[in-house]
Amino acid sequence: MPNSERIFIKGNEAIARGAIAAGLKCYFGYPITPQNDIPEFMSAALPAIGGEFVQAESEVAASNMLIGAAATGTRCMTSSSSPGISLKQEAISYLAGSQLPAVVVNMTRGGPGLGDIGPSQGDYFQSVKGGGHGDYRMLVIAPSTCQEAYDTAIKAFDLAYKYRNPVMILGDAILGQMKEPVTTWTPDHIDDHNSDNWCLTGADGRDSHILRSLFLGEGELAAHNIMLEKKYKSMEAEIDQEMFECEDAELIVVAYGSIGRIVKSTIRNLRKKGYKVGLFRPITLYPFPSEAMKKLALAGKKFLTIEHNLGQMVEDVRLSIRTITDSDFFGFYPGNLPTPDDFEDPILKSMGGK
Amino acid sequence: MTALQEKLVFDKSDCIADRVTHYCPGCQHGVAHRLAGELLDEMGLSQKTLLVTSIGCSVFLYNYLNLDSVEAPHGRAPAVATGVKRSCPDKFVLSYQGDGDLASIGMAEIMHCANRGEKVSIIFVNNTVYGMTGGQMAPTTLEGQKTTTSPAGRNPLKEGMPIKMSEIIATLGGTAYCARVALNNIKNIRQAKKALKKAFEVQVNGLGFGFVEILSTCPTNWRMTPVQANERIENEMIPYFPLGVYKDITAGEEV
Ligand SMILES: Cc1ncc(C[n+]2csc(CCOP(=O)(O)OP(=O)(O)O)c2C)c(N)n1
Ligand code: SF4
Repeated sequence: MPNSERIFIKGNEAIARGAIAAGLKCYFGYPITPQNDIPEFMSAALPAIGGEFVQAESEVAASNMLIGAAATGTRCMTSSSSPGISLKQEAISYLAGSQLPAVVVNMTRGGPGLGDIGPSQGDYFQSVKGGGHGDYRMLVIAPSTCQEAYDTAIKAFDLAYKYRNPVMILGDAILGQMKEPVTTWTPDHIDDHNSDNWCLTGADGRDSHILRSLFLGEGELAAHNIMLEKKYKSMEAEIDQEMFECEDAELIVVAYGSIGRIVKSTIRNLRKKGYKVGLFRPITLYPFPSEAMKKLALAGKKFLTIEHNLGQMVEDVRLSIRTITDSDFFGFYPGNLPTPDDFEDPILKSMGGK
Repeated sequence: MTALQEKLVFDKSDCIADRVTHYCPGCQHGVAHRLAGELLDEMGLSQKTLLVTSIGCSVFLYNYLNLDSVEAPHGRAPAVATGVKRSCPDKFVLSYQGDGDLASIGMAEIMHCANRGEKVSIIFVNNTVYGMTGGQMAPTTLEGQKTTTSPAGRNPLKEGMPIKMSEIIATLGGTAYCARVALNNIKNIRQAKKALKKAFEVQVNGLGFGFVEILSTCPTNWRMTPVQANERIENEMIPYFPLGVYKDITAGEEV
């Protein structure tokens, strides 16, 4: 594999390095804990390869700079954490409406409001259901290890171009601040999916390219939305999930991101004690892996959803299996860092064994 | 057969689309577009221009200039222009904003874009009202001016004084050129074109941020005829918003 090395880095840096391996040329950001490692890394790494780093005056400005760079077909990214992502929602809606490819990283912290700087999964609704205005969808991918964070950053750019849509990498303070060995790699080929057909290069001898989200003519917006709806549907080809010990499991625990990984350890411990329990970890949160989950429900499995919030993804789990069964829910409160032991009791309770 | 005797002495330049604009009679947005389009052609820039359009009556600018364009959210054009220029430093980046867009919701973006010295050109059309949304008070609305949200006239004790953007932009380190012009008569229109040319040149020469504030009419929301609107520019706007060059680093001249 070209440029492969084994390095010990934080999840934040893994995303930053993965993005550069994917051909990132412009990064726009604004400081907020726990993702500052990303702009700090970019401020040195991008100029060194002839790219551009701008510390914007706000998250609003950073995400609008993203619109500008994305419009020129340049691989670009912004990153932030919860309150900052709220501010970026304006531009995310415009990126989706104007069909512009860009990567937005959200390393979430506790909320609502200023909350704290500890880990939380309180941004699930905002990320997956669209925190910005209007009917739009965004591919949301939630890695759970530093290696996956690196790989996801590379994949996110490809998907952003393939669908001409913003893609969000949803991590949290645990993933961002955790250090692990990562094997780096660089894709041999970068596919911009014919961005020349739409991006701004200067209307030199051809009709102008106009990137807009305003459609005032009679029926124009409806046509635009019909086209977008088809595109969002086609994103189902990207659905991805991890299934661990699901085969003979009586209870399937559904958990994503860092919590999914911690739950995996709990499941290993419980398996040693003879409990038939498995993990279903959605990797794409939008589109949600409903079909795979439904198959497990049809096979008679019980479900427990564990999240680091008051219950958000559980709504999508319930929607997926609603015609067959239901899911229990256990919410670990934001502001604390869970260990595998914290999930044993709720899992056993849900299995009816305690 | 009689040969056509007339000689064509004046035509629209290539960059300007053959399309009827949506502007109200007597509105000067169209004049400002025309000046920009003519200059881009004259300076040989149109093929490499990337246009950032903003929110307000000028939102359809991309329909009137045959250029590659991207639409920015309300007020954010300077940030979008920053992204365009940083990703394509070899292109010519032009943005166009109204006073509500630039001096209200987009105040932070314009200040920082200028302060960073982004090599972009911004045309700022000041008509002292929010045109598109129906004539509400803008940051530039004159003292005592009646609008739909200042029905008793702008009261500086409650609403502050009208903001003078050119004076502010001229103080920022990254600004290479900053001028205020008006479109109320031929002489001023000529002057406006000269100022725009200078602003474009500082970008072409990589010197920094170029800004031209254009005092412009909104007869509809001013509830005036086009002629009265032109007179208002002369009698009410220019005395408060003096015309002139506020900064020009190429001339070492500051007014
Ligand atoms: C976030 C947001 N807020 C408000 C609006 C509504 N809006 C559209 S145009 C406009 C005012 C534009 O006024 P100005 O910039 O002075 O331009 P003009 O119409 O006078 O040319 C407003 C407030 C919007 N589109 N987006
Ligand atoms: S409302 Fe005012 S600014 Fe808008 S087109 Fe009409 S005259 Fe021009």
